[in-house]
Amino acid sequence: MFFLLSIVVGGLFAMGLYLMLRRSIVKLIFGLVLLSHAANLAIFTAAGLVRARPPLIPKGELVPGTEFADPVPQALILTAIVISFAVIAFAAVLVKRVYRTVGSGDLDKLTATDR
Amino acid sequence: MNNLLILPILIPLVTAGLSFIAWKSSRMQRIFGLVGAGALMIAAIGLFMSVYADGIQVLQVGNWPAPFGITLIADLLSSVMVVLTALVGLTVAVYSLAAVDQQHISFGYFPLFHVLLTGVCGAFLTGDLFNLYVWFEVMLMASFVLLVLGGEPPQVEGGIKYVTLNLLSSVTFLIAVGILYAVAHTLNMADLSLKLTKISQTHPSLILSVAGFFIIGFGIKAGIFPLYFWLPTSYHTPPAPTSALFAGLLTKVGVYALIRLFTLVFPRMTYTYTLLLTLAGLTMVIGVLGAFAQVEIRRILSFHIISQIGYMIMGLGLLVSNNPAARLLGIAAAVFYISHHIIVKTNLFLISGTIKALRGTYQLKSLGGLAASSPWLAVLFLIPALSLAGLPPLSGFWAKFAMIKAGLQAEQYLVVAAALAASLLTLMSMIKIWDEAFWKPAPEGDSSEGSHSTRTLTPRRLLLLLGPITVLAGLTVAIGLQPQLLFNLAERAAAQLLDSSGYIQAALAMGQVPLQPVDIVQGVMP
Repeated sequence: MFFLLSIVVGGLFAMGLYLMLRRSIVKLIFGLVLLSHAANLAIFTAAGLVRARPPLIPKGELVPGTEFADPVPQALILTAIVISFAVIAFAAVLVKRVYRTVGSGDLDKLTATDR
Repeated sequence: MNNLLILPILIPLVTAGLSFIAWKSSRMQRIFGLVGAGALMIAAIGLFMSVYADGIQVLQVGNWPAPFGITLIADLLSSVMVVLTALVGLTVAVYSLAAVDQQHISFGYFPLFHVLLTGVCGAFLTGDLFNLYVWFEVMLMASFVLLVLGGEPPQVEGGIKYVTLNLLSSVTFLIAVGILYAVAHTLNMADLSLKLTKISQTHPSLILSVAGFFIIGFGIKAGIFPLYFWLPTSYHTPPAPTSALFAGLLTKVGVYALIRLFTLVFPRMTYTYTLLLTLAGLTMVIGVLGAFAQVEIRRILSFHIISQIGYMIMGLGLLVSNNPAARLLGIAAAVFYISHHIIVKTNLFLISGTIKALRGTYQLKSLGGLAASSPWLAVLFLIPALSLAGLPPLSGFWAKFAMIKAGLQAEQYLVVAAALAASLLTLMSMIKIWDEAFWKPAPEGDSSEGSHSTRTLTPRRLLLLLGPITVLAGLTVAIGLQPQLLFNLAERAAAQLLDSSGYIQAALAMGQVPLQPVDIVQGVMP
């Protein structure tokens, strides 16, 4: 499972970066979405995969058993998902504004502030 | 435990909330904006005094014992940065009263302004790596909206570049945090510092690659050499007070995070320091060369931000040296440099805004004759401009002097040469602005030029525009005349950074809860 998820994470990164390098402004947004998913999945995978062992403390004990699913990375991912949701929503609106003001969805045409 | 630590985060947050409530009344928003910034200044100075007198201050949020909860911690560097943030906040808030128009205020300029300050103060005060990520996002989100507030075409266009590259840096930062958690099973920076010392002996390449992720993530935010492209394409697009706020604070948060990580969290790694030193040299020279091609004041100043970031990173890169005196001087010079730079750079952007208010343009070609028509502004420009270039007796001279002395002690002659060359080129660039905007006669002729003649501003507006500029220029001169005061402070801050045992003890002092030992590299091995 670890191996499989690692490949999925790598694939998501590759796709996200590829989409970001395309000229279409809509693909840029999709690229950003994929990248943030990839990052979340990377945290989840890197922190260790434990199957069907919730971090519950048995009665009369002080700590959960020897091996348990670590809740911290899941909390981190939850926070990161909320943040990326807000940021992507903002970026989507921004893209719409750019399309309206520049009149084109081609990133290569957005050079007015570079010169 | 010191509850004072929460105030620099709480005050701007509450101010932002109140301003949101007073959404319809721009008058109330102005009052809240000003009072909030003033209260932040008082809290920041209070925190600084307490850190200065009693050493590192810690607050375990919610009383959770140390590595498990979120730790807020202020050492000298953090508290100095918070004071500077409050200073920028207060001066820009006063300036905004005259420079931000009704439309921007009704779109929520003041609430966002204070959300930004919340994020910046939070980033300086947190002792938890993931919490740092959250504060970065708070700051970025506010800066995204502030950047495109008003929705002018150049703003949204610069905005898309700014948003994209900063999101990329957030993702890089997030992955680095994830991997670090996987190897060390903690996110408290002090705790990480202890654990990484052991792990770096068994898995040096893993730690090195995580360090690489952090250099890329924070490098984008700080604007170091191959990663700075978002900065000059976006900083000149929003109204002047917004770009002054960005120029003063945002990139410096990236530099602060780099300094914190590579003095505290990561053990000494010659490789990363060499990399940082090389990037610092390149950043200085390439930033200043970029400025040469520009003919718009704020674009010139934006490229100079990049170049100046190089000097700060150079102080961090000098940790590569084997000479402890050079390491101490390097970090002290970096702290001094950041303090000087925040004041000077904010001021230069405020001055560019005043030029725009007077003449209606930022283009050097259409400007001219300002020295004759507004001699006071000319003097106020010369102080930060010459300080930026490093002329004695202004603050920039001492900052560069200390940095170059540290470089010579560390025997890094190449980067010293780069620093000297970049400083000379900065002077040329400042002279270019002086020549074009202030000294040459105002351009005449074209029928369209009528719009660029000097406008008369009401005395009240002029006072609000020039007051903050005068205060900041006064500080530049004061630091220049009494550099020893700030330098002693910077040296103490540097000593705290280099000997992290005090920080670690303070951060973890709440006592350890007994817990079963966890195999520290369990996560990364399938």
